[in-house]
Amino acid sequence: MTEETSDETANRRDFLTIATSTVGVAGIGLAAWPLVHSMNPAADVLALSSTEIDISSIEVGQSITVVWRGKPVFVRRRTADEISTAANDDSAGLPDPETDANRAAMPEWLILVGICTHLGCIPLGNKTGEIRGDFNGWFCPCHGSHYDTSGRIRKGPAPKNLEVPPYNFIDETTVKIG
Amino acid sequence: MSAPGKQKDWKNPVMNWIDYRLPIFSFIENSVGSNYPTPRNLNYWWNFGSLAGVVLVIMIVSGIVLAMQYTPHVDYAFDSVERIMRDVNYGWLLRYVHMNGASMFFIVVYIHMFRGMYFGSFKAPRELVWIIGVMLLLAMMATAFMGYVLPWGQMSFWGATVITNLFSAIPLIGESIVTWLWGGFSVDNATLNRFFSLHYLLPFVIFGLVFLHLWALHVHRSGNPLGVDPKTEGDTIPFHPYYTVKDAFGLGLFMIVFLGFVFFAPDFFGEPDNYIEANPLVTPAHIVPEWYFLPFYAILRAITFDIFIIPAKLGGVLAMFASVSILAILPWLDRSKVRSARFRPVYKQFFWLFFANCILLGIIGGKPAEGHWIPIGQAATAYYFLHFILIIPLISKFEKPLTPPDSISAAVIKAEPDNGGAS
Repeated sequence: MTEETSDETANRRDFLTIATSTVGVAGIGLAAWPLVHSMNPAADVLALSSTEIDISSIEVGQSITVVWRGKPVFVRRRTADEISTAANDDSAGLPDPETDANRAAMPEWLILVGICTHLGCIPLGNKTGEIRGDFNGWFCPCHGSHYDTSGRIRKGPAPKNLEVPPYNFIDETTVKIG
Repeated sequence: MSAPGKQKDWKNPVMNWIDYRLPIFSFIENSVGSNYPTPRNLNYWWNFGSLAGVVLVIMIVSGIVLAMQYTPHVDYAFDSVERIMRDVNYGWLLRYVHMNGASMFFIVVYIHMFRGMYFGSFKAPRELVWIIGVMLLLAMMATAFMGYVLPWGQMSFWGATVITNLFSAIPLIGESIVTWLWGGFSVDNATLNRFFSLHYLLPFVIFGLVFLHLWALHVHRSGNPLGVDPKTEGDTIPFHPYYTVKDAFGLGLFMIVFLGFVFFAPDFFGEPDNYIEANPLVTPAHIVPEWYFLPFYAILRAITFDIFIIPAKLGGVLAMFASVSILAILPWLDRSKVRSARFRPVYKQFFWLFFANCILLGIIGGKPAEGHWIPIGQAATAYYFLHFILIIPLISKFEKPLTPPDSISAAVIKAEPDNGGAS
């Protein structure tokens, strides 16, 4: 055997080794995906992803908490005062700037996911008698985040405003969240 | 566990027959028996490795029987734990052993780690022993965290919520990762189920890592308080019976403390809030993790400000993970040739400062993040990292260490010029 042919054999073997390994690794990757994806939300969990609520009994100034996707959702029927404060603060120095009009399509109804955007605690302020923080909205007791009457972060470690879930009013007294 | 391949001639012919085919008796003899030479000067700080091994076995055994009575479902988990406490024969004992065993495990391992830092056990050629140890700590933390979620009390639920939410700090993909971890849109039944599965799996991963930890240890064998390598036979004694007896005595003392808690103060380390069933709509006023996570929790909460483009939330998460992983590079931060702090007058003082700072971080982690606790926590966090990235490298560069003795026996038998042969 000349040196050239032995080199050629080596090259052919290298190619086969690399090709086999590549296919093997790709195959393991494909086989791993069902395992990984099985840990994502299952169909029955996703099926519960919208909920309808009756808002006819909420008085002005009152709030209720409903459960959507296992999370609390705050529904507050805001007073005229709260609406005007929220609108006036649109131009205040907001850590996460958003206008109140963008957050509440119908100004009277403010609908928020009631989970602090810091580390997921439930802020206080939705029940009467609970502290509402420096901006008269909500206050998270875990690490001291203050939210205003539009649910926007004003003070404390939370990076973002309280999330507004997707929702639409089916009729005057029913709202569908999700 | 890298046994020198010697096979002993056993008196028992059956043992000889087996050992010739599967040298298991020789393996034991060469690993923890009379054929494993061990430095003769190990002090009681060297007991904590074997203690950690015993606690691991206690945790696995008590955990296996608890799993036979526990129901990993959000509707039944809390009640099944109460049933273990009230109805299952000796259920209270098994659960209290398992609960307090977790705390004991961390006490023992933290002492074991501080031992390694004081006596330079992490230095060449034992860097991998140390790094595998850091991996063991991480695996223990994950196991303990998931185990704490299983009773499905308020602290279980909200601890799980806060800790899984840490991953939402990762840019772009954070939210998807959290949804994947939860298997839903909040901590719920899917989360509880997978935590139970992983809580059962991880101890066996720990067991495998312990095997590697010991394998690497047995290549260059135990260090010792003087930090000088054994040179002659007179520097070592057989592991059995000398250290099996010493370990057994230490185990007896340890069990008095451990069972003291189990029988007389079983909820000493626990949080009363965890005897309230999990309620996803009510957050406890003051969420605290178990005591062994408090220093890391303090570091997490210390970052209340943005660092350049890194937002505060991500910064806190990164700092917390960095506080553990920085331990892995300790062998390369400390370049001093002298291992033991006994011969390092400057390092010794800073070691105790570091120790005190860790205790301080633990205290801060248990306090609400408000008022003067915030700047104290930030200063303690800064010092924690300064110790590793500045103080240790500077000390190892400028310190004038004392001269360690020539050998282990030379330190004892100063009169004899020949340092071998004493026993």
